[in-house]
Amino acid sequence: MIVQALAFYLFAGVLLASALMVITARNPVHSVLFLILSFFSAAALFVLLGAEFVGLILVIVYVGAVAVLFLFVVMMLDIDFAHLRKGAMQYVPVGIAVAAVLLGELGMLYLSWNAAPDALLNRGAPGALLAGPTNTERLGQLLYTHYAFPFQVAGLILLAAMIGAIVLTHRTRPGVRRQSVATQHARQARDVLEIRKVETGKGAV
Amino acid sequence: MAAADFLINYLPILLFMGIACAVSGAAVIGSLLVAKQNPDPEKLSAYECGFEPFGDARSKFDVRFYLVTLLFIIFDLEIAFLFPWAISLGDIGLFGFFSMMIFLAVLTVGFIYEWKKGALEWE
Amino acid sequence: MISFNLIPLLPEIYLSLAAMGLLLLGVFRGNESSSVISWACVMAAGIAALLLLWMPPERMIVLDGMITMDRFSVFMKYLVLAGVAAAIILSIEYMEREKAARFEYPVLVLLAGAGMMIMLSASNLLAVYMGLELQSLSLYVLTAFRRDSVHAAEAGLKYFILGALSSGMLLFGISLIYGFTGSIDFGLIHSSLSKFAEIPAGAIVGLVFILAGTAFKISAAPFHMWTPDVYQGAPTAVTALLAMAPKVAAIGLLMRLLLGPFEPAAFQWQQIIWFLSAASMITGAFAAMMQSDIKRLMAYSSIGHMGYALIGLAAFSQAGAGAVCLYMLIYVIMGAGAFAVILCLRRDGRSCQRIEDLSGLSRTHPLLAYAMAILMFSMAGIPPLAGFFGKLAIFQSAMTAGLYGLAILGVLTSVVAAYYYLRIVKVMFFEEPTVASLDRGMPLARGLILILCLVFVTGFILAPSSIMATAQNAAAALFPE
Repeated sequence: MIVQALAFYLFAGVLLASALMVITARNPVHSVLFLILSFFSAAALFVLLGAEFVGLILVIVYVGAVAVLFLFVVMMLDIDFAHLRKGAMQYVPVGIAVAAVLLGELGMLYLSWNAAPDALLNRGAPGALLAGPTNTERLGQLLYTHYAFPFQVAGLILLAAMIGAIVLTHRTRPGVRRQSVATQHARQARDVLEIRKVETGKGAV
Repeated sequence: MAAADFLINYLPILLFMGIACAVSGAAVIGSLLVAKQNPDPEKLSAYECGFEPFGDARSKFDVRFYLVTLLFIIFDLEIAFLFPWAISLGDIGLFGFFSMMIFLAVLTVGFIYEWKKGALEWE
Repeated sequence: MISFNLIPLLPEIYLSLAAMGLLLLGVFRGNESSSVISWACVMAAGIAALLLLWMPPERMIVLDGMITMDRFSVFMKYLVLAGVAAAIILSIEYMEREKAARFEYPVLVLLAGAGMMIMLSASNLLAVYMGLELQSLSLYVLTAFRRDSVHAAEAGLKYFILGALSSGMLLFGISLIYGFTGSIDFGLIHSSLSKFAEIPAGAIVGLVFILAGTAFKISAAPFHMWTPDVYQGAPTAVTALLAMAPKVAAIGLLMRLLLGPFEPAAFQWQQIIWFLSAASMITGAFAAMMQSDIKRLMAYSSIGHMGYALIGLAAFSQAGAGAVCLYMLIYVIMGAGAFAVILCLRRDGRSCQRIEDLSGLSRTHPLLAYAMAILMFSMAGIPPLAGFFGKLAIFQSAMTAGLYGLAILGVLTSVVAAYYYLRIVKVMFFEEPTVASLDRGMPLARGLILILCLVFVTGFILAPSSIMATAQNAAAALFPE
């Protein structure tokens, strides 16, 4: 129990600190590395909450793919970050004001946390069907049946994302000699090779 | 917290992380204490065959790399949806099975589009 | 076990299948087929509309409460499909002339349309979010569709970043609502919220975040900053789409959310809607006066129109909701007509979008000038035209609900807005043509859309009661007794 509480404060602290470093680090590569650290800590927090699957997905998808893409972009893009940052300081008061409003709202929430009387009952409603030993299994039991509709729409969203990625970045270059596997396979030795007898001392004609 | 029993499974990972932090911390602090410190800005500068570096190491590079990564992320997400489906397939019946099949069919349409469009080819 | 009744979803299913099929057809036939695919997409929208005709009139809740189908969603879906079809038709010629015709364009429009229809009949916050994302993601790509143009890329990026921010706010609000009520199902949220004597502050914060997220999508002030830049930078055909269909979908979603699950918190959201409405009307009226770009002007005009539509929602009555339905119907038709004219603004084969480009239009292209004048008069709300009846219904509902302040503000801002609509008329009729005249020739389909819009706008007065009754009938489905 005490280990759990300690782990929570440890990961929450690391998460906050690394999130702060993401926006204050001078070097954008360091920012991305701190972002990865904060993803990891968030994943640990999810695990502590019992949402194991979400935590691991955070590691696989965000750390494994999204953060690598980020790193890729900031390492290789030809952007002068110092120049970009130049005017950013004048927006700090606005940012602080927005953050203060959000913090105030969160404080308000904390003070007036009285959920609806039947909230727990509502929350249990879909869960009543479930009897799975692990978090992932229970998630699976809901996701593909009760939430089948949003799941299918998620498929459509991924399709739209795929089309979008190709529409916006793919271009066919003219003058590139593409590999044509079928032509390669169809190529016969007799079409392209000719064996000639060359008489000694006369050379090829 | 009653549901915390499963967390014991994660204890080795926590211990491992603790040990990793301790070892790496010891390496950093140990070298700070023991090794000879003689800082010089030249030691940090890029070494380029004895020249001063000509330009920035960063250069614009082809958007094709991003396309590959973006498509990878999309299929990575698809795989993420397969995990819970695989282990709960026994309980969710035919409905759950076909639910995933339709999802995969939609993404296969996208895959055929990609393939035919030549987005997977490296020219 | 889940119910298998998919009939209420048939239009959406058909639309997505059509989008996928046409995508494959397009990729096998290449970009030359893009106009064929565009027409096929228009036909798909038409068939989806026919499927809607077949829907039973009573309310149906299917797929474990994910989807509600009633007369309201049918009415709004007709509007969305009309907007989508009109946007595709308007785009065909434009995209070919701009050398940007690609078969992905109409397919993405169809996918966006499917997302909007899901938004309109969702009855679960998760389904709402998925529909919204499908819509937004397709629209981000469409905005940046002309990737070689710096303006389009900038518009796409702005739209994407602010849209992602608003989606994040919406999700945060949804999670708070889930925390307080324990559910994301509309029915359960309603019953949980109505058990409170006083809605707790946390649920109100959640509601505020949800409202902020949707206000971004309808571009109500003060969440309107992206609109002028995106409208200006996007290809004009995409601007036409943005001005029509997504607005209908987001307003419909807002109505369903506020009059459905959040009905017990009406006292709280009425104030927010009051503010959004007043701010949008004022921004729309005053900021538009300084514009010299017709697409930016249309952006501010749409912000203003959303302000008027929100008055009907703030009234929190069946008459008010009916007025919003009517207003959106008229708004979509006026928008389609106005963009049909704007798409004709081309000179030497290049599109132009400054207001001066319209100068002397009455001499060079008299028919086009008269058409634009009628549409501008209608948007300003000048009596015999359709726009007037929309505003009238809205103001009437506000007076009945006792929202005198909003009604008076609405009338005042209408007067201010009339200034810039009439300015366009003045430029067209009373200014000398300063530059070379516009290119001639109007594609048949675009002309047909323009004529249909004009017939509706001018002929509305002949049969106002039947159209108003349809709108009221649709709104009645939101107030089940």
